[in-house]
Amino acid sequence: MKRSNVTHEIADPSEVNRFAAIAERWWDPSGETSELHHINPARLSYIHDWCCAHFSRDPNIRNPFTGLTVLDVGCGGGLLCEPLTRLGASVIGIDPTPETIHVARAHAAQMELEIDYRIATPNELVSSNNHYNIVLNLEVIEHVSDPFSHTQACAQLLAPGGIMVLSTLNRNFRSFITAIVAAEYILGWLPVGTHRWHRFVKPSELAQHVRDAGLRLANVSGLTLTDGEWEVTTDIGVNYLAIAIKD
Amino acid sequence: MAANHQDNIAESRFDVVVVGGGMIGLSLACAAARVGLDVAVIERVEFEALNSSSFDGRASAIALGSQRMLAAIGVWKYMESSAQPIFDIRVSDRESLLHLHFDHNELDGVAFGYMVENIKIREALLEAASKYSNLFIIAPRTVVAIERSVGNAAVTLDNGRVVKAPLIVACDGRGSPLRAMVGIRAPGWTYPQNAIVCTIEHQFSHDGIAHEKFLSGGPFAVLPLLGKRASLVWTEKTNLAEELYALDDKNFDIEVTKRLGSFLGDAHTIGARYHYPLAMHHAEHYVDHRIALVGDSAHGVHPIAGQGLNMGLRDVAALTEVLINNVRLGLDHGTMEVLQHYERWRRIDNLSMVAVTDVLNRLFVTEGTMIKFSRKVGLAAVNRLPPLKRFFMRHARGTGGSLPRLMDGEVP
Ligand SMILES: Cc1cc2nc3c(=O)[nH]c(=O)nc-3n(C[C@H](O)[C@H](O)[C@H](O)COP(=O)(O)OP(=O)(O)OC[C@H]3O[C@@H](n4cnc5c(N)ncnc54)[C@H](O)[C@@H]3O)c2cc1C
Repeated sequence: MKRSNVTHEIADPSEVNRFAAIAERWWDPSGETSELHHINPARLSYIHDWCCAHFSRDPNIRNPFTGLTVLDVGCGGGLLCEPLTRLGASVIGIDPTPETIHVARAHAAQMELEIDYRIATPNELVSSNNHYNIVLNLEVIEHVSDPFSHTQACAQLLAPGGIMVLSTLNRNFRSFITAIVAAEYILGWLPVGTHRWHRFVKPSELAQHVRDAGLRLANVSGLTLTDGEWEVTTDIGVNYLAIAIKD
Repeated sequence: MAANHQDNIAESRFDVVVVGGGMIGLSLACAAARVGLDVAVIERVEFEALNSSSFDGRASAIALGSQRMLAAIGVWKYMESSAQPIFDIRVSDRESLLHLHFDHNELDGVAFGYMVENIKIREALLEAASKYSNLFIIAPRTVVAIERSVGNAAVTLDNGRVVKAPLIVACDGRGSPLRAMVGIRAPGWTYPQNAIVCTIEHQFSHDGIAHEKFLSGGPFAVLPLLGKRASLVWTEKTNLAEELYALDDKNFDIEVTKRLGSFLGDAHTIGARYHYPLAMHHAEHYVDHRIALVGDSAHGVHPIAGQGLNMGLRDVAALTEVLINNVRLGLDHGTMEVLQHYERWRRIDNLSMVAVTDVLNRLFVTEGTMIKFSRKVGLAAVNRLPPLKRFFMRHARGTGGSLPRLMDGEVP
């Protein structure tokens, strides 16, 4: 479920190295990130539906996000940047891991998509004083050493009236069993050591970070595996998504 | 012909390139265009020739689900006036006098489907296609090569032109050259039978009833057409079929009447007769990186149940829904992850149809008494078990199973 280890200020070097190792194989749907590819349509549909509703765009057209800017924090190989570019948005993807950004750039070139990929953390962008209509903050918060200041920086990058999409893993006994023991050890979906359970975030903690950053929490939804396919549901026991709005 | 049906279209990049402008290729093109995809169809034969009765003199059974889809994609209105509703299907085994009787009233009073001459279907498809400004027909042109890269695919035409799309769909029929080019095998077998197809004119009204008789040479289907006409699909052992096909009109009519019986009164053939060798095949995979097989390129069945076209139309509906669902999320619609949804959705259904039609044919053609016995019992048993019968009826209508939305007449 891990996208990248974007860290704010205090980048944890061991986290950075673990992800550089799998960056090369990022785009192989049968490779080590297969679970990420598998979960992607469900995450995208959540982003798509919420952003279309928020900006009053027709969800059935090809380019509903024309004219909107997107910042994808912890963009990894570009699994979200590419679809959002096709949907019409102008997209900036940031990730502190150079190897990952190289993979993302190479892939975008092969797909003939124009995406601005940068090796950066949210905090480094704050000084540039640019603001984005949509900030994506998926599977990042559980990997940063200071979730509070990370969320703060992301919120500063959000334009007034903008929308932030977050996702992370809940910290409870079920998520420990499912995400760590099952996904990493038993099923082998993710490389061992991908998750650090003590860093998982309870929905109440996420809500607090979001509010402290001056945003309004508009939705929390679960992401669950039903009959072999990931779906957006109300079960926030393990994987969950959230919407925060800058009013 | 509309302006977009030409060989000199400047456009060379599309969302989908369909290779083959047969009934399935054109249906897919209309469905894809209907949901908003830019699509090109490449057909090697001139459409004037394709739409002549000497090219295709058959008629097809359009199941109810297929009809709903054709309506949803703007095709049905151009063929409606040529469609004969089927109100009842009677399956009989001549010697046993046992009947399997599918009456549409057992469902809800809606027709099972319609019989339409293939030429009318092709004309309607072409007419509908010409109305879509995002649908381009490139004909007559043959695809001679396909190239697939990480991010795109391209086909080369016989004039050297290259047409690109993230996805190429092979609707190039039974012998599918594209299937061979990408190395997908399609194991199959031929039957020692041929199908003779012709149209008859008869004295009494057929009342919209389709008859399938199991004769010693194979199934003999009498399919109602508009007016006092019917399309015969007559399977016979290969050598006998060839002899029958070669008979003069008078003697051919005598052979027809022998098998038909007298329920339609006097009958004689009108127009040309055609004969087709019968074969069955099923591709090992329907998809590969940036290519999908649809229709006869993926599967061919014995015409015993009149399901070949309907199976292909269900493929069309499923693939269209998978593609648009992914395109609307901005996902690359030519990847294996996306295409495998289509394959998983369609494979079991098609495979069961391949198996069922094969078993039906073997059951009814084999002479052994045990088999004869079981087929009599089988027909009678199916007739007595309403749930089982309804299952068969739903399949005949094409409205069973997990249906793509187009099969319910909804545009995804
Ligand atoms: C006797 C008989 C009776 C039948 N009765 C019924 C029935 O009642 N109901 C029913 O549902 N089905 C029936 N079927 C089956 C049905 O006709 C087929 O399943 C259906 O027509 C398949 O259509 P298709 O478009 O996939 O293939 P095709 O009709 O074979 O079309 C393929 C097209 O691709 C083109 N092409 C091939 N290669 C290239 C290339 N390299 N470049 C460009 N173009 C190319 C060809 O010229 C052709 O036009 C019957 C079949 C038979 C034999």
